[in-house]
Amino acid sequence: MNILPTLQPILADLTARFDARIAAVVAPRPNEVYFQARMELVPGFCAQLYKKWNGRLVSLFADDARAQDGAFHLYYVFALDAAHGFFILRVPVSAAQPQFTSLTNALPAVNWQEREIQDMFGLKLEGHPNPRRCALHDDWPEVYPLRKDFDLHTVLPPFTGERHKFREVEGEGVFQVPVGPVHAGIIEPGHFLFSVAGEPVLYLQIRLFYTHKGTEKLFENMPVTHGVRLAESISGDSSFAHATAFCHAVERLADAEAPPRGRALRTVCLELERIYNHIADIGAMATDVAFVVANAHALRLKERVLRLNDQLTGNRLLRGMAALGGVRSDWDAAQIEAIRRFIVELRPEFDSLVGMIRESSSTRDRFETTGVLKPETARDLGVVGIAGRASGIDRDLRRDFPHAAYDGLSFTVPVYREGDVLRRMQVRIDEVQAALAIIQQVIATLPGGLTRVAVPTLPANQVALGYVEGWRGEIFHWIRTDEAGRLARCKIKDPSLQNWPALSEAILGNIIPDFPVVNKSFNLSYSGTDR
Amino acid sequence: MFEILRKSLATGIVTTDYPLVPVEMSSQARGRPEIDFANWRDARPAAAACPTGALACEDGGGTRAVKLDLGKCTFCGLCAEADPAIRMTNVRELATRHKADLVTTATYELSPSRAQEKLLDPQPSNVKPQLPSLDAIGAELKARANEVLGRSLHIREVDAGSCNGCELEIVGLNSPVYDVERFGIHFVASPRHADMLLVTGPVTRNMEMALRKTYDATPAPRLVVAVGACGCSGGIFGQNYASLGGVDKVIPVDVYIPGCPPNPYALLHGILLAVGRLRL
Repeated sequence: MNILPTLQPILADLTARFDARIAAVVAPRPNEVYFQARMELVPGFCAQLYKKWNGRLVSLFADDARAQDGAFHLYYVFALDAAHGFFILRVPVSAAQPQFTSLTNALPAVNWQEREIQDMFGLKLEGHPNPRRCALHDDWPEVYPLRKDFDLHTVLPPFTGERHKFREVEGEGVFQVPVGPVHAGIIEPGHFLFSVAGEPVLYLQIRLFYTHKGTEKLFENMPVTHGVRLAESISGDSSFAHATAFCHAVERLADAEAPPRGRALRTVCLELERIYNHIADIGAMATDVAFVVANAHALRLKERVLRLNDQLTGNRLLRGMAALGGVRSDWDAAQIEAIRRFIVELRPEFDSLVGMIRESSSTRDRFETTGVLKPETARDLGVVGIAGRASGIDRDLRRDFPHAAYDGLSFTVPVYREGDVLRRMQVRIDEVQAALAIIQQVIATLPGGLTRVAVPTLPANQVALGYVEGWRGEIFHWIRTDEAGRLARCKIKDPSLQNWPALSEAILGNIIPDFPVVNKSFNLSYSGTDR
Repeated sequence: MFEILRKSLATGIVTTDYPLVPVEMSSQARGRPEIDFANWRDARPAAAACPTGALACEDGGGTRAVKLDLGKCTFCGLCAEADPAIRMTNVRELATRHKADLVTTATYELSPSRAQEKLLDPQPSNVKPQLPSLDAIGAELKARANEVLGRSLHIREVDAGSCNGCELEIVGLNSPVYDVERFGIHFVASPRHADMLLVTGPVTRNMEMALRKTYDATPAPRLVVAVGACGCSGGIFGQNYASLGGVDKVIPVDVYIPGCPPNPYALLHGILLAVGRLRL
């Protein structure tokens, strides 16, 4: 079996420890190892990877394999960041007795993912502290949309708006403040229920999945090439990152690798996406504490990036650029010169914006110690991306699992421990500066040759994990092909799904007027969560 | 404080003169596809390449009907890659009052090898809008409403299920570059303060009721603008168990703004069209 040398000791430890209880081990790729076992092994396997090898469960999902194997499959995807590999545990769930054991009490990070499996596949959760519906709202009939016998075009009875039974917080002077799903700003829909005593927030309940669009099911019903375009619409602000994660999964499955120039262009696009979103967030956070001049400058700079995107890829959100086997179009000398000029011009402008915010003591006062997410809480909830790095979680797939052209680049990953709004802004500031340096490095050593290779027809009955560090955090796309090489499953994991519960923790004890800025400092995607 | 003022003065005016001065678009930018109908031989490869079904063809009885629906188009340009008869222009201001205006159809006579031999309609063009279902009085009322609203307009944005791409561009309208307030147009926090709903889609099953309630809470006269491929038609999501499709499946729509997402110019164009400040 061809696996990374860094993974060997971990594999040896697991096989020594669990031996006969592991039915099979296969490694379709050196950094992607699959284990087959029974449900009983899950807690022990998980504990061993967490405690001994500093692993973490980055994705948990189900797959309807009743047609081939007579059972559902659960996949537990563990990232071993220090060893640069993924261990994936597959366990069967009997079709006759569709239930599985919850890990949430030991591992709160999987809370929503477990409930989503229960909703979408009808696998009943055993031992979950809060097994209520999550992905499907309360008025949904008993349907399991991701089962194979459920048709994509099923017409369901219209929404009746049955109100979710939120938890009650009682006490003298305790009020409930419901917000949404239609919000006051130009943002996505979701429902927040604050329980407050005076100004401070005692408890925040978040109800999402208003924008659930059947995306994962849709992937199973379209050709792979169209899937790239659908991936661009999972979360609009991460169009390129999601589409690239999907392409990465398909390329790994077909054993095709994007050529060096294609990988370099991907890197530039990923960093441009990071830059425009970070700048927009920095401005929006300033607005939320009434420093609107800073936002005006930020919006002006963001517009500059969007126009460069348009010039480079034909679309302001970089849509249409991602392609299986690389990127869709090459850049000519004029376009590369435009990138060079952009970096030279943006850098002083951005530094000036940062200086303006930094010198405003009243702004700093609102950011500092606001919305604190403690490192221990962040670790328990498996928080990723910007929010994780602001709370001491030193993880970045660009460094630990180099994709695109990141393996040949030098950059530092900013990490802070305070976990407040100020640090989440600081991570963004550092990352914009790093991104500009990354683009500069890529452009200076841009390899020649093709931007794209042909991806062969997909082999039948294979699985693959694709991954990208998007601007918000890590994105995973896991795919499986059926006996004809078509997509039989596409599991999308957006960092937002992982991070939403952390917002409920970070807001505790803060005042409601600070919620907008705390929320914006996370800036999670509703659509990426709801799909 | 002085530093902030100095920076503002040094930056100067960055606001566009649109619509007085037409938009300058990058030549790379992808907008409305242009089809060489007269020399088109086979629409099928381009239709197969289209991820949303915006370009579709149907054969029957020795003829082929081809349909291009800009309301579904995401301007990805895959059709143009598959077919030299199609070229992507950079025209993006494509809003219309009638959905039918977004659709172009052509009919061909087929050769035995199923190639398109002869274009049957002399000039493929936009389908003429059907007469509005509003009666004359209603239409007149609407025109007067536009006149009144045209001077100042309050917009409530509603995301009825979008991917947030449209929101990203709508936010741009408030930037100093597009500065929608120079038209007396404001985004407001409540539908009760609004004259217009700017709705992105597709409308999900879970947002249907919220959208209806928002519409009901908006005082008449009110306008509805459907934004983006998903708002116009459901886009790449179409209709499925969780998505109802375009905004007009749920509430009446006055103007459709195609795009994926429409850029701020295209949005401005659509909004100004809705309030009668632009004439087609």
